[in-house]
Amino acid sequence: MEEQLRELAAHIELRQGDLVSSHSIATDELTLEATASDVPALVDFLRSDEQCRFASLVDITAIDYPGDDRRFCIVYHFLSMYRNQRIRVKARVRAEEIVPSITGIHPSANWFEREVFDMFGVLFSGHPDLRRILTDYGFRGHPLRKDFPTTGYTEVRYDEVTKRVIYEPVNLTQEYRQFDFMSPWEGAEYVLPGDEKGEAK
Amino acid sequence: MDGDIRRNTYDDGSQDMLTGEQRIRNFNINFGPQHPAAHGVLRLVLELDGEIVERCDPHIGLLHRGTEKLMESRTYLQNLPYLDRLDYVAPMNQEHAWCLAIERLTGTEVPRRASLIRVLYCEIGRILSHLLNVTTQALDVGALTPPLWGFNEREKLMEFYERASGARLHAAYFRPGGVHQDLTPSLLDDIETWCGTFPAVLDDIDGLLSENRIFKQRNVDIAIISEQEVMDWGFSGVMARGSGLTWDLRRAQPYECYDEFDFLIPTGRNGDCFDRFLVRMEEMRQSVRIMLQAIEKLRAPEGQGDILARGKVTPPKRGDMKTSMESLIHHFKLYTEGFHVPAGEVYAAVEAPKGEFGVYMVSDGSNKPYRAKLRAPGYLHLQAMDHISKGHQLADVAAIIGTLDVVFGEIDR
Repeated sequence: MEEQLRELAAHIELRQGDLVSSHSIATDELTLEATASDVPALVDFLRSDEQCRFASLVDITAIDYPGDDRRFCIVYHFLSMYRNQRIRVKARVRAEEIVPSITGIHPSANWFEREVFDMFGVLFSGHPDLRRILTDYGFRGHPLRKDFPTTGYTEVRYDEVTKRVIYEPVNLTQEYRQFDFMSPWEGAEYVLPGDEKGEAK
Repeated sequence: MDGDIRRNTYDDGSQDMLTGEQRIRNFNINFGPQHPAAHGVLRLVLELDGEIVERCDPHIGLLHRGTEKLMESRTYLQNLPYLDRLDYVAPMNQEHAWCLAIERLTGTEVPRRASLIRVLYCEIGRILSHLLNVTTQALDVGALTPPLWGFNEREKLMEFYERASGARLHAAYFRPGGVHQDLTPSLLDDIETWCGTFPAVLDDIDGLLSENRIFKQRNVDIAIISEQEVMDWGFSGVMARGSGLTWDLRRAQPYECYDEFDFLIPTGRNGDCFDRFLVRMEEMRQSVRIMLQAIEKLRAPEGQGDILARGKVTPPKRGDMKTSMESLIHHFKLYTEGFHVPAGEVYAAVEAPKGEFGVYMVSDGSNKPYRAKLRAPGYLHLQAMDHISKGHQLADVAAIIGTLDVVFGEIDR
């Protein structure tokens, strides 16, 4: 398995070395890193090359790293049913950067890119229909960004007076409980209540 | 002369008057979200030319619960029950992908008995899902009896779920490192008995549908999918196998101990709704075969032993906790702080009844996933709805939704 992946990585490196900035193999998975603008060319190569034939798109998603210069990481997964291989392509992008769409190569990218746009606010150029997909009609914000609160900003309820469902700002009767069970001996980076007195001595 | 409706323009710029019949425009209708054939909360905006579907725009997200966001603030073990609620027709198959992802990142080896139990219950899940799909798709095209018979059997299978995990539906039975509890010998006996009686019920359903003229009229040559379309739209599972691709993750990229089981992968030839129906029927028969083999292996001496890989990710034995302080501390820490997963990323996929269900997990070394993406097969299948239904009759839309096997728990997440 590992051997095959190494061969595949070497092959891609040889043929399209300028598109791939680096590659790594971990837990029996091959990951290619590329810049966002090179992704369509690389994906097209992976799809059509005889040794690769990654013809089906498995997944497109993003990861948010707030505070990082290039905030989002767009992750593509491909599967080759012919070669029985999987591959992952990652591209780091800045928050306001526009990523080229791969809907022209894989029609199935359509909804995945809409979802990434909906959840992270990453824009795709060349996408035929970049609308929100999973969130409510008229929703604002991008829920999977790390700075978006889990409770959201609005809540809905049925109003007896106006006889319809109304939107209101979220009203929490108690703080949203984010339990932290990390051991204070290892891992915890905050100061335990009371510990700050020890510093004064 | 050729019968076309023309609109002539004259020298002075005037045009022919159009009567009401001549002013034809396409008709837009809303299919759902409250429609019995929509299999949940699907809203389709259909543009019809007469009875022919010109455009189909699925609006999804009406059941969106933000599972992926919620997962980021819960420990790995607390997240497990969320997986049940994705494809609630076959809950354990989803849990399986989650457990596999964690096991691959932590390098946990699952004991043989647990592995066999997982295979057994995954196949029960497959039958649960296919029974529901085959029979309700028949309901959508006009047959009332199959769902009544099919749900009878589903009820019995859910009883097996209950006897293993305590819950009929949201089992939370598969755990990282094994399964939650061992099966009793009597439960194995009962599952075996059921495996003996089920093929007869399947034959009955088969007899109702397979040669039924109405059923065939509604399904044969509807929604034909070619191999290229399977690739372009990322289909998996029965949607791919119905079009003649022998692609099954259980065989192609074996996980758990599927490589030691003897079963066949049925494929269709025409890639239409009827072939997919036949594939599902045959897959249920193959699942029964796998279940019988799993039961036999569970009874064999090699199949005995512990059902959890005892270690950091699993709780200690109850007996140990009575005598060992270390075990007690471990138990407490496991269920409060949870276990830590080494930093890294992994994509674990299983052959769920509906296709390839995958979990992409990014861990930062803490007790909560930094990011978890759930890849649902139905999401891609429904996406192709516009492509598939174009040119079909409105009545076929219900048959197509049925054959796509959509469940909104997993599509909307």
